[in-house]
Amino acid sequence: MKIAIIVFPGSNCERDMNHVLAEVFKLESVLVWHTDDLPRNIDAIVLPGGFSYGDRLRAGVIAANSPIISQVRKMAERGMPILGVCNGFQILTESGLLPGALLRNTTLNYMCKWTEIIVKNNKTPFTNKFRLNQRIPIAIANGEGRYYADGKTLNMLRRNNQIVFTYGEDVNGATMKIAGVCNKEGNVVGMMPHPERSAEQILNPRDARPSSMIFESLLNALGATA
Amino acid sequence: MSLTPQEFEYLETKIGRKPNPLEIQIVAAEWSEHCSYKSSKKYLRMLPREGKNVISGPGYDSGVLDVGGGYVVTVHIESHNHPSAVEPYGGAATGVGGVIRDILSAGTRPIAILDALRFGDIEKDSQARWLFKNAVRGIADYGNCLGIPTVGGEIEFDRSFTNYALVDVASIGFGKKERLIQNRADKGDYVILIGGSTGRDGMGGSQFASDKLESENRSAVQIPDPFIEKLVIEAILEARNQNCIKAMKDLGGGGLSCAISETSDALSVGIDLELSKVHKREQGMSPTELMVSESQERMLVVTGPEKLKMLENICQRFRVPFSIVGQITDDHMMQVKSENETVAKLPSNVVANAPLLDRPAIRPKYLERIATVQKPKTLNLSKTVLNMLSNPNIASKMWVYTQYDHEVGIRTVIKPGKDASVLRLDNGKFLAVKIDGNSKHCYVNPKEGVKGCFDEACRNIVCTGARPIGMVDHLQFGNPEDPEIFWTFKESVEGIAEYAQYFEIPCVGGKVSLYNETDKGPIKPTPLIGVLGIIEGKPQMARKAEKDDLLVLVGVTKCEMGGSEYYEYVHNVVGGTCPVVDMRSSKANQESVLKIISENLAKDVHDCSKGGLAMAVSEICIANSIGCSVELDKVPAEKLAVDEILFSETHSRFLLIVSPSEIQKVKALLSTAGVSHGIIGMFSGRLVCFKDKSGKVASVRVDKAQERWLNSLESLVSHG
Repeated sequence: MKIAIIVFPGSNCERDMNHVLAEVFKLESVLVWHTDDLPRNIDAIVLPGGFSYGDRLRAGVIAANSPIISQVRKMAERGMPILGVCNGFQILTESGLLPGALLRNTTLNYMCKWTEIIVKNNKTPFTNKFRLNQRIPIAIANGEGRYYADGKTLNMLRRNNQIVFTYGEDVNGATMKIAGVCNKEGNVVGMMPHPERSAEQILNPRDARPSSMIFESLLNALGATA
Repeated sequence: MSLTPQEFEYLETKIGRKPNPLEIQIVAAEWSEHCSYKSSKKYLRMLPREGKNVISGPGYDSGVLDVGGGYVVTVHIESHNHPSAVEPYGGAATGVGGVIRDILSAGTRPIAILDALRFGDIEKDSQARWLFKNAVRGIADYGNCLGIPTVGGEIEFDRSFTNYALVDVASIGFGKKERLIQNRADKGDYVILIGGSTGRDGMGGSQFASDKLESENRSAVQIPDPFIEKLVIEAILEARNQNCIKAMKDLGGGGLSCAISETSDALSVGIDLELSKVHKREQGMSPTELMVSESQERMLVVTGPEKLKMLENICQRFRVPFSIVGQITDDHMMQVKSENETVAKLPSNVVANAPLLDRPAIRPKYLERIATVQKPKTLNLSKTVLNMLSNPNIASKMWVYTQYDHEVGIRTVIKPGKDASVLRLDNGKFLAVKIDGNSKHCYVNPKEGVKGCFDEACRNIVCTGARPIGMVDHLQFGNPEDPEIFWTFKESVEGIAEYAQYFEIPCVGGKVSLYNETDKGPIKPTPLIGVLGIIEGKPQMARKAEKDDLLVLVGVTKCEMGGSEYYEYVHNVVGGTCPVVDMRSSKANQESVLKIISENLAKDVHDCSKGGLAMAVSEICIANSIGCSVELDKVPAEKLAVDEILFSETHSRFLLIVSPSEIQKVKALLSTAGVSHGIIGMFSGRLVCFKDKSGKVASVRVDKAQERWLNSLESLVSHG
């Protein structure tokens, strides 16, 4: 069971993600620098949060056009579970692997706080252990986290069950309070909140159990704990 | 922007010839107050530096503390006041960048930022609001991009900061002891400049900061680029892991002039520098411009010839620009060349050690004038409580800290908004950090004021269950050439030394910032104290107060209203007696509270300080969404008027939330220790209510209090 965490210049949550995957969930995880090739025999890919390329031009856009993303795209097409968190989500939308876009929060401020998200699709590799509408206390931290999609895209999202998480409250003006979406096939998931910051009880002011189920779902999907 | 006649003469005698214009510029940068501490150094020697956890080494830009298990914590504090007053966004951002690189210099990874901010009266002054908003944004944009959490700090508004800003940033680092940079160099080693390119920004910034702020010198303000800084951090830490770094220094105030002279002086070697090799962002820069530019995100690294290739590869992998700018020699000289032609050659120990000054100090006359004031008339106290809760100095700073990523790094166990922040460390222990300052107290009594700041920072640390292991100070005053101002500086250093010695807390670093004044006059004395503490077991995590839980006040309340928020904000009265720390009882109180925490007897522990008892109780009720009925007759106090009990800012007091089942144990523990205390209240309902024998004194609804306390700062900045 091997998970690749892709590191771009300016990524800054890769070590946190690595800690949670390796130390908390005892998975084999490997940090992959963006100029290196994806290792063979990986079972999942994570695009971590941060400020790839300093958020220049637009959050995620430069990373989305870098060579390693074409390798990620191939894996996505093969059905490999891929998770993008925060800046990773922005990279996935900028690269077209996920629909929609992420805009400046309505407050125009960066926002770091704890909130709740609600599971709207429990069929993905990252949500299969949840009940529908289960609530997850989770950390958010972003400046450009307001999910936006036009009417046509929204119809598609609804039709294909691509809305994975919504916020319990209106935190940033996101369309339909969307916090995370997946591709049509369901194997590529992007979310603005940070599960890696929320899955250990000592860090989570509420309950870390639901957040940790995002990782347990992955284990489940990979057949590690069925 | 030059040397005084006496300094000029001293320099001539030392080098035995007339210096050339470039040499004068180099020396002027290094001998600026900002870089040389020439006014303050003699007094700073009073501070205790030794301690069982302290690791000292040559040329460290930060304090290093051994926290056990083969790990160290590093800490440093700096300010960026002048630049922030002119260009708050860039000034504050580069302030963060600078202190981060000091942590990096030791070979440790920066794991936290704290910031202390001061501005004018933001309720009335739109310029102060503008400075405040943009300084916060500058810190947020820089720290967030780096992925270093901003976990705490403090903010104060006072008219003495009108048209000005104090932006202080502290940073904490963490790493393995064996990976600390050893800071040594041998003849033939290479000197490499890594990071951002050198341009015409921050020209002569250290001299700009060593004079009062009269004009907006924008070219002296540095331009921030957090993305480059992030790359520099990762490249440097990788180079550290590969043992490619023999010595390292951040380029900060004084630019190359300071970095070269201080490095060669600290390592007892010479450096030959070739300016044409420096990677630049602009063409046609003169040797002087290159030597005094304070362009950001630059590090000076010394590496041996055998590691040069590896270091180059690391820089290339992280796409960090670098240039091999010089070599180590054995002649103790700093030699600056431009296209192979020597343009400056000076003994580095002369450049790095400015002649120190003996500044005259006279007790300021204003102290007499404000020593006694008439007690103001008591107003409606319920209204006063609400009014005080919306005082920007008291109100919640949530609007600020939610703009900072305070979670990244997944160490932040106790988060901003509490007494102190707590980070988990890789050795299973926890680190508590806090900075405190109080210019209002320090103005009324510089020595007792700063001891109070120290005590407050320690109390905040103790509230988390931590024991202080080290401190840093940041001493900010006006023009030291004014004997009255210099007296306040001297008193402050003495106060810090007294407290540090009594509590055996070593000073592991600090900074002095003078000339903080505008045309309107000097700032109030603003020493800041940062304290670090270690929790060996578990931190005190808050449990919610429930109906019938009890409120215990530890410590005696005295009539110490001078510099209080109540006097200044409500009554516009400056003066009186400021709170004086009784060190013996403070120690006893801290020890008892630590014992209560270690035995897990309290649901929560809070410090009682700014705004006094009334504010501390209100904040506890707001955080727990429950009312509390407080009997003021139970408060251990001298004979005080009701408003004095409510709002006196006497130090060394703690508030504990204790469940009825534990109250006897807590009482016994405090009584045995001989610590003054009172069970002053019981939680229930939805009113914060203060009563004395005659009946109800003040009462506010918790939801109303919450509304005021939570929203007033945000509504000021977003609608003002």
